[in-house]
Amino acid sequence: MVDKQKIHLTVNGTAYDREIEPRTLLSDFIRHHLDLTGTHVGCEHGICGSCTILMDGLPVRSCLTFALQAEGKAIETIESLDKNGELSPLQNAFWENQGLQCGFCTPGILMSMKAFLEDNPKPARDEIREALSGNLCRCTGYHDIVDSVVAAAEAALSSGTAKA
Amino acid sequence: MKPANFEYFRATSIDHACELLSAHADDAKILAGGQSLIAAMNYRLARPQVLIDISNIDNPSQITDETDGVRIKATTTQAIAEHDPVVRERLPMLVDALEHIAHFQIRNKGTVGGSIVNADPASELPAMSLLLDAEYEIQSKSNRHVMAAEDFFITYMTTALQSDEVLVSILFKEPPKNCGWALHEVARRAGDYALVGSAAIIALDDGGKCVHVRVVLFGVASTPVRAKAVEELLVGQVCSDELFEEAAKRVSEVVDAESDVHVTDEYRGNVAEVLTVRSLVDALNRAQTAS
Repeated sequence: MVDKQKIHLTVNGTAYDREIEPRTLLSDFIRHHLDLTGTHVGCEHGICGSCTILMDGLPVRSCLTFALQAEGKAIETIESLDKNGELSPLQNAFWENQGLQCGFCTPGILMSMKAFLEDNPKPARDEIREALSGNLCRCTGYHDIVDSVVAAAEAALSSGTAKA
Repeated sequence: MKPANFEYFRATSIDHACELLSAHADDAKILAGGQSLIAAMNYRLARPQVLIDISNIDNPSQITDETDGVRIKATTTQAIAEHDPVVRERLPMLVDALEHIAHFQIRNKGTVGGSIVNADPASELPAMSLLLDAEYEIQSKSNRHVMAAEDFFITYMTTALQSDEVLVSILFKEPPKNCGWALHEVARRAGDYALVGSAAIIALDDGGKCVHVRVVLFGVASTPVRAKAVEELLVGQVCSDELFEEAAKRVSEVVDAESDVHVTDEYRGNVAEVLTVRSLVDALNRAQTAS
């Protein structure tokens, strides 16, 4: 039996202290220890992208990160996007453009695209497709997802803010 | 699946990591970005008893501009190296290779050193190490030495690194000024490991003769390989498409791949030859434009 270890980190602006087994993946920590089940777990080997979260602002696979590696870090998950039930412009663009069907992959896609649009506020469609290549969607064929990202970029630009 | 349990140590410095390694060498693995190791642990293909985490050690001056090249600390993420102005200026071929590694979410955590030590024969950074005559700075609790990349890769996922040693930094040598370069891969999907990859560098003298050439293949043998037989045919010559096609036939001397679930060995050999021609043609074009 391996001893549990202490972890301190911030998730969506709230500080947490927990004791966990070292083998706890960050994805499982977020879902099972913090009950933030918006972060989805698909392939558990880094391919599908469903579990993508932001760690200190950068999108990473939470299934390829041990929770202990997030010690002291600021994590953002899908639950951070809306404000009191009001969708963020990025979420709204996916809603308006049918950028999802079953929705399983959507949390990972939104977190990836949030970071992508902050880096590249005026992306070409090719750049969006390249950026989406790390997130698998088995429903949509991606066309509506690309449209959603284009719409989110346009909405952010027209509102005078690059914030997705 | 979920990883088996292990003991976890967070190293605060490379010296600290070496001390921990010397205490646990036979049971321990170094954890850096974890983008290959944690996937293998999730599948229980890897079950280390002890993990020594170097992903959060204080790491100033990750990338240094040196006279003969660029030194990158092993724990530097692939994303930081990819966007670094010094790397982009002096080693554009390395940037091209980094952009081929998986997806940006993986490169935000995966490290330059981790990819090299993992030594997947189809991965980009071991191959780029051969292309750029890289030198690896290696440390243990009691020793520190430098090893040429050429001597480092032994076979599939196996390197000359001893169980108590850590890769500290990588010196990628800058090729001659005005050289041209190219990298080509065939993969089944964007971001996948290459089924076959080929990279080349060519530098020309004032008369247009080839004075420096490197040809490296990856995904075609148990390690990345330098195709020296191809290079030998090109040095001192005025290059042409015909010469490249003749030289590229010699890749069969280094292609030693077995058929797998994706492709046959014959396919790999054929594609290795075609990609080598493409890399050489594109490298020559770049060299001619640059000089």
